[in-house]
Amino acid sequence: MKELNPLQPQVAPCACSQEAEPAAQDTPAPRAPLSTRNKFVLGAALLVVWGLVYWQLKPFSQWLAFSVFGLEPESHLGEAVQFFIYDTPKVLMLLILVVFGVGILRSYFSPEAARRILSGKRKGFGHVLAALLGVATPFCSCSAVPLFIGFVTASVPLGVTFSFLIAAPMVNEVALVLLWGLLGWKVALFYMGAGLLTAIVAGFIIGRLKMEKHMQDWVRHIRENGTQEHAEDKTWSDRIDYALGTVKEIVGKVWLYVVIGIGVGAAIHGYVPEGFLASIMGKDAWWSVPAAVVLGVPMYSNAAGVVPVLSALLEKGAALGTALAFMMSVIGLSLPEMVILRKVLKLKLLAVFVGVLACGILVVGFVFNLTLAH
Amino acid sequence: MIIEVLGPGCAKCEETAQLVHTALDQKGLTAEVVKISDFQEIAQKGVFATPAVIVDGEIKCSGRAPGLEEILTWLVS
Repeated sequence: MKELNPLQPQVAPCACSQEAEPAAQDTPAPRAPLSTRNKFVLGAALLVVWGLVYWQLKPFSQWLAFSVFGLEPESHLGEAVQFFIYDTPKVLMLLILVVFGVGILRSYFSPEAARRILSGKRKGFGHVLAALLGVATPFCSCSAVPLFIGFVTASVPLGVTFSFLIAAPMVNEVALVLLWGLLGWKVALFYMGAGLLTAIVAGFIIGRLKMEKHMQDWVRHIRENGTQEHAEDKTWSDRIDYALGTVKEIVGKVWLYVVIGIGVGAAIHGYVPEGFLASIMGKDAWWSVPAAVVLGVPMYSNAAGVVPVLSALLEKGAALGTALAFMMSVIGLSLPEMVILRKVLKLKLLAVFVGVLACGILVVGFVFNLTLAH
Repeated sequence: MIIEVLGPGCAKCEETAQLVHTALDQKGLTAEVVKISDFQEIAQKGVFATPAVIVDGEIKCSGRAPGLEEILTWLVS
């Protein structure tokens, strides 16, 4: 839920600035809602269908590309087309399933709960908890500022708050699904581990630097008019509806980027020669990691658009660490978010935040390049 | 009745405000609908996830856009 449309150049206030569909809710359909039991039965049936279709995707794509379209299996065009026909539905199907699952999980979390849990937590374990909660808690990036204030006023330490804010966009389900679908589950797990670790360590360092006085003055002096605990009881039926809502919202928002990204990836897959990028993006080119981080900052794309291109670059000789550093920079360090955070942070603290996070991403890139034989 | 819609002005907040107006029309009620988009003011209301809706000083929802049905139930009392 933290994606922004890269085709819209204006600095939108937040990720939710994507066109919403207010009309959709004006006329609620007058059909009887399904009972919880029927939802489970329907869900199980859909899951079976999902599985059957998923396992047939590869043979289907080969059949379509080579038998129906009559393309040569070894040709550039044949490879590119088959790659596209196979990967697009595969990634979209994974996305629907995982976003639904994450939606169910997220229905158990809320910013209020995260704030209550983290309140008064001291260093160390607080950072780990914050990073994990940052991943699990549903919140829109336009809430970053209110959330920041909410945390700070509830005496969540500054560094712990940053661990939360760093992990939330960087480790997200869309990124993980795409990495899993296109580069395998190991890379997805590595990415998740690296993202969490970066958030924990960067938050810890920011906390140690004692930067509290570099928040904007009004934030430090804010007095709440008594926060109201706002708990909502959810039934299973509510959770399923909520998860379906997130699927509609997220998949509806990113599917086009997935298609375009895989299209570009397919073209690279078919036409760029093997090892072409080894010299400029390979593990021996140490400067490619900082270059990737710097390039990633002004790019505010979503994981859906970045990963397919990355997977194709990797195939042509780019190093994994360089590629992951680029991705972390694109989705974790974004200009619009900095503009929003500037409202609560003085320039110095904002600079520290960006600097520490960028260094963390650099380290991740170098360590991956050094330790993994790609 | 005073209904406050809190949010920095993103699409979801606009949608929420629209739905509040729709709900009021459906019930044939009139109420003062206030949009609050200043972060400082939002924080002072004790809200830290937007969009949020406050009806007569009580936080009805925060961190998500409520549905029309849901808003209608808030307007009953």
